[in-house]
Amino acid sequence: MISKDYIITAPLGLHARPATSLIRLAKNYKSAISLKKGEKTIRLNSMLNILSLNVKGGETISVFIEGEDEQAASANIDQFFITELKNL
Amino acid sequence: MINGVGVSPGITIGRAFVIKKNQGKINGRLLNNEAEILHEIKQFDLAVELATAEIQTIKTDTQTSLNEEESAILETQIELIGDPQIREDVIGKINAQKINASDALLQVLDAVVQLFENMDDEYMRARSSDMKDIANRIFKHLNKTESEVHRFEPNTIIIADDLAPSDTITMDIRYITGFATQTGSKTSHTAIIAKAKGIPAIVNCGQKIYEIRNNDVIILDGSKGILFVNPDENVRNQYQAVIMDYQKHSEELKLLKDKTAITLDGTRITLSGNISEAGEMDSMFNHGAEGVGLLRTEMLFMDRNQFPDEDEQFEFYKTIALNAKGKPVIIRTIDIGGDKSLPYFNLPAELNPFLGYRAIRICLDRPDLFITQLKAILRASVYGGLKIMFPMISNLSEILEAKKILEEAKSSLTQQNVNFNADIEVGIMIEIPSAAITADILAREVSFFSIGTNDLCQYILAVDRMNEKISHLYDPFNPGVLRLISHVIEQSQKHNIHVGMCGEMAADPLATQLLMGMGLKEFSMSATSIPAVKKIILSNNMEKAGEICSKVMQMNSSAEIISYLEQNL
Repeated sequence: MISKDYIITAPLGLHARPATSLIRLAKNYKSAISLKKGEKTIRLNSMLNILSLNVKGGETISVFIEGEDEQAASANIDQFFITELKNL
Repeated sequence: MINGVGVSPGITIGRAFVIKKNQGKINGRLLNNEAEILHEIKQFDLAVELATAEIQTIKTDTQTSLNEEESAILETQIELIGDPQIREDVIGKINAQKINASDALLQVLDAVVQLFENMDDEYMRARSSDMKDIANRIFKHLNKTESEVHRFEPNTIIIADDLAPSDTITMDIRYITGFATQTGSKTSHTAIIAKAKGIPAIVNCGQKIYEIRNNDVIILDGSKGILFVNPDENVRNQYQAVIMDYQKHSEELKLLKDKTAITLDGTRITLSGNISEAGEMDSMFNHGAEGVGLLRTEMLFMDRNQFPDEDEQFEFYKTIALNAKGKPVIIRTIDIGGDKSLPYFNLPAELNPFLGYRAIRICLDRPDLFITQLKAILRASVYGGLKIMFPMISNLSEILEAKKILEEAKSSLTQQNVNFNADIEVGIMIEIPSAAITADILAREVSFFSIGTNDLCQYILAVDRMNEKISHLYDPFNPGVLRLISHVIEQSQKHNIHVGMCGEMAADPLATQLLMGMGLKEFSMSATSIPAVKKIILSNNMEKAGEICSKVMQMNSSAEIISYLEQNL
């Protein structure tokens, strides 16, 4: 299992548009991916759950990835949080 | 008078059209056995499927007229409708409480709406109306009621509780001159859409809005956030002047539309449009454009999962060529990289993306991608006056290499017996200082230049145009920028090739006479900027423009230049 922390670089946080991109990204992998903020953990397959985490700009979240393609998924998620997110 | 929050500026007068929604109500029907439960779950899945298909259809039907914001909203809706958590909760309730799918969904979404409305974040609270919209879409298919399609008269002002994406996207927006809603905020959908379309809007008007009836006369002031219902004479007089001004202005613009852009002393100037897709061409021609001076092709590559193939690209360029009705269209080849990335094309993060792997640099590195685009453009070139333009050229060898790939594209099409315009014109963007300085060298290899002032300016001044801290340094009237632009125009005249400008500066009325004085005769800009620039051209002459230019070229600072240009407007 891979686990990583990210600081949210989009000022508006994980709002609808980045959440949509993130879900679509996760769909490309077989690995189970989840997000954790504070005490709450959600599966990364539901828009509703991402939005209800209410992740704001500057907050830190943890990502957990487990499965046969976890390396590839992690690289892509890296790119999402580090470079793409701030443009969404 | 009704007070609200102005979210999109402008003053408008029109007739009210009140939109009321039928909210879903609990019907209380219980299920008797396992078979009915299974049936109900099936019905729910079917409704979700139909609702998703419906949005897909809206997306395909309106593809050309949607902006990025609007398509993003639809994408989000698709994800929310098919959300596995919502499905799990609904099925859980059907099973546990033996209630019908419609009631189960209503309960689940009520809880979700509550959740969003209680968040301490304005953006998230605004999303609760998105959730209501999702609910309505699925309900529609569960209960088989058709949502209303409204027909509007010209000058309609929409009065509603709040507007959801599905309301505005299916609306015929042409006749709508204003929006006023009972709830909402600066980040709600109504605000986003109104701003995008330039329609005045007020949100959060409160209960008083329900006193408005269909066909009431409304004056809506989106700048101040107020609206008047059946205003008395005083108010009308007060606003009459403003509205008259506005009408006069739009009349003037209409008159300008069919006028040829020609100076008082008879010099012909060409004004064309910058566009990203065929959907923008009507507005472009309505504003008086004489062709497409810049077709950005990035839209074709964004918001998808893989590169579009040659056929798909061909259709895109063909539609544009046909819609141009014989007018010239300059197609800029892919300008991705820098700040524009593609999800399916893994570009490594760079420290200086604007100085990095982008545009023609990617194309020459990946001829497989480049040749696909070139072949598609060539194939479409039989349907209209298409020209090809390479962006981010910094030296001669890049032009030669790009042209070599173009020749390969041509011979491959010849081998396949496909028709194309073998003499298609090739030009380059002048947006890198080295290209501007060596314009005389590059001019020998191309048939036109287009000066991209946005990038050129940031590269000449070493100012990142995205960096707000140094935005005051980003200054197209800096004498260094002006001298280089003037040099490019001079060199292209000397070598007898066309030169145009497609950056922001071309759209700035303050710069129009100065650029004409430098010898620029082709300006390309977004549609809405054309009338103002045309007005300047129609009311001035080349002699004055030449004088302005020679004076400005002797000035020391942009402050001096700007104040002089303002005096001569």
